[in-house]
Formats: sequence, structure tokens, C-alpha cells
Amino acid sequence: MNKILLGLLLGAVLGAIDGASAWFTPAVRTQLAGIIIGSTIKGVIAGIAIGFFARKVHSLLLGIVFGLAVGFVLAFIVAQMQHGYYLEIILPGSIVGMIVGYATQRYGAATAVPATSRQS
Amino acid sequence: MKFLSDKALERLREGADAPDLAGTRYRLLERVARGGMGVVYAAQDQMLERRVALKVLDVPTPDGDLALRLNREARVLARLEHPGIVPVHDVGTLADGRVFYAMKFVEGQRLDKHIESVHSLPDRLRLFLRICDAVAFAHARGVLHRDLKPANVMIGAFGEVLVMDWGLAKILRDSVPPEAPADPDATIIQAPNAQPNETDTARATAVTGHGTILGTPGYMSPEQARGDIAQLDQRSDIFSLGALLCFLAAAPSPQEAARSTWRKDKALDAICAKATAINPDDRYSSVSALSADVSRYLDGLPVTARRETVFEKVARFYRRYTVPILLIAAYLVMRVLLLIFSRR
Repeated sequence: MNKILLGLLLGAVLGAIDGASAWFTPAVRTQLAGIIIGSTIKGVIAGIAIGFFARKVHSLLLGIVFGLAVGFVLAFIVAQMQHGYYLEIILPGSIVGMIVGYATQRYGAATAVPATSRQS
Repeated sequence: MKFLSDKALERLREGADAPDLAGTRYRLLERVARGGMGVVYAAQDQMLERRVALKVLDVPTPDGDLALRLNREARVLARLEHPGIVPVHDVGTLADGRVFYAMKFVEGQRLDKHIESVHSLPDRLRLFLRICDAVAFAHARGVLHRDLKPANVMIGAFGEVLVMDWGLAKILRDSVPPEAPADPDATIIQAPNAQPNETDTARATAVTGHGTILGTPGYMSPEQARGDIAQLDQRSDIFSLGALLCFLAAAPSPQEAARSTWRKDKALDAICAKATAINPDDRYSSVSALSADVSRYLDGLPVTARRETVFEKVARFYRRYTVPILLIAAYLVMRVLLLIFSRR
């Protein structure tokens, strides 16, 4: 699977799971659907960005660091919009970014080179 | 009266032994090494303007056993066109009657010297896999090497791995009949107590008869050492490869062994043990099977040479997926901590 698609899917799935974990916080349980949708969208955006990065830079460490940075920034923006729950949003968001960063570098397939250009 | 020094004598002797390349396209450059049957020289191919290695027989007898063997070695090499096997360019007889063949001049180091600078076990195992590729190719062409050892593997300046010295090769299946007779009656004499400064040639041993077998103690399979030539098949080379693997897997020092890049475990020992089993039936059936097991080891997968316990399976799984396991564990721990603190 190519790196961008892998980042997108993994970001979406982990984002949804991360959002669903809000169920354990009774205070926000009523807004669970919105949180899951928002978290999924955040995961998709982060996943695509991380996938693009993985396509350009082939380094496991840099992939993880970039995932951490993207996850942190997006989670920080969401937390700003929520006016609270900074730790609850930023910490998991950052780690999810790292996981997506790792997975895209480790398991994403490099873009295939067309046969004609390989011959030349 | 003034005596010549040993050095001067040696130089004179070398000059006298130098091959007469008149009438050939080659110009002698320097002596490189001494092999089992002759001397290897660096020479300039004046037509193609490139450096080549010339293996020249010691004795000027174009019809003798050694000449036949050198010719046969060249023919074996010629049929083994593989990036891991040194290619032969030319074969012929010099004006002084000595048989020679020209091959690619490999600039690099012998494996035993090269690995002194390779401090990671996975890197060494990757080198081993490339040796296996070349030997597996030769086996697929029906050729046994029979003298695989670190000194017969060269690592080029650009990391290319070349299996050298096919002078003892045995042709199992022959589409082109070899010039030299097979070795049904060959026996083996081993050089006892080889001195550390002896050349590999001296360490290896020679016997003449209907055939010639050279071998190196420690790398020669038991059946080869017994002179059981009829029984020799690819499992004999697998034994040598196993010995080579043990050599590569041995940490150069206790400090190296303690490093994280030198994590050698029972699985690798089991691969070595299976490859070097006394009974050929207990060894890997093919070089591909051996290299597949080493590849599995490198990838953190279970090897066929050893059945692992549940604990070992868990440890191997952890080693293989350390980063994702740690990341997922960090996520879960952090989630639990957040829950605990948010309920206080």
C-alpha cells in the first residue's frame, strides 16, 4: 500500500479509536459522536501529511518525529478550539501521530518507478 | 667477496619466475598472490586498456595434470556468470609453455580482513547471504566449490562480494565435459599444525593421483576430509558455508559481543549447528534453504533449525516490533493515567 493511502487509513482508524476513548470521560460522553468525527478528520489530515513526508524522506526516526510534530500541532489546534482538555487531546494525538509516522515509514510501499524510465 | 642480501635474492627469484607475456595482449604489472597451482599477477590488458588478474601455472607443462586443472578452473568460471563470481576473460598458453587464464582484477580485501571493520552482526550476515547467492548459483549450474573459506571470498572496493578460487570445483552435472578427470580416487592429506604466518595455500593441502583435492581444515566437510569423493554433493559446500557463518557470527571481542548490534542468540547457533552437522542428511538440503533461514533470522522470524519456546517467541516478537509495541504501550499507559487523574 502506498504511503499516503496507508497514512490516510491509519490516521482515520487510529483517530476514530482515539476519539472513541472519550467515552471513558463521562463529562464529554454526550458529545461522543462529534468527538469521533472530529478526531477522525484530524487523523486523516495528519495521516496524509505524514504519508507525503514519508514519500519524500526515508528515515524511520524522522518519520516518527514528523508524526509527533504533526499530531501535536493538530491536537493543539483542536484543544484551542475546545478551550480545554489540553492534555487529554494533545498527548494522545501526538502519540497517534508517532504511530502513523512509524507505520508509514516501515510498511508503506515506495512509489513504483515506471519501467520505461528504469530502462533509460 | 660480497654476498647478495635475502631481499635481493628474492627479487632475482621473482624476476626469473615472472611469466613471459610476449605475444599476448598483456603487460605484466606486479605479483599479487600465490595460489595453489600458480601465481596470480596483476597485468594490463593492452587491447582493452584495463587491469586484469592473470593466474599463471608454476610449471611449463601445457599437457600436465596441473595445466588441465587450471584450464578446467577457467572453464568452470566461464560457465558461472554471476555478479558474485569472479569472471574469466581469457585462457591460453604463454611463450614459456605455462598455462594461464585472465580474470577480473578485484581490488578489495579478503573476507577475513574485511570483517575486522564490520562491527554489526546483521551486516556480516548480509555479506554471508551474498556469498550464499553465488554458491547457490554455482550449485544450480552443477558446480561444487569445495574450498569455501574466508580467504576465498573477496569484498570489492564498492562492497561487491566475490567468491574466488574455483580450482577445486567439482562438476556434478556436466553439459560440457571437463578436460580433467573426475576425482574418484582422490585422498586428502592435511597440512598438520599450520603455522599462523603460512599462506592459505600452504595451509590447504594437495594430493595428486587421479585427481587433486585441496581443502582447509575447519572448513572442509567430514566426508570431504575422509576422501569420500563419491558422496560429495552440495551439502559439502553447505558445511563449509556453515563454518563460514560461524566464523562471521563470532564476535571479534567481548566488548563487541556486549554491544546491541551484536545480539547473537540460540537461533543463529542452531543454524550454524544444522549447517555443519556431521551427517550430511542432518544439514540443510540446499544453500537456498540455509540462506532463507539466515534471512528469517535477520527479519526476526522463527528459523527452521530450532523450535522455540513460548517465552522465546514473545521475546522475538518484542525484538521485531519494539518501536510499535512501545508506542502503543505509551499510548495506553498515558490514556489510563489521564483517566485516573481526571477522576480525582
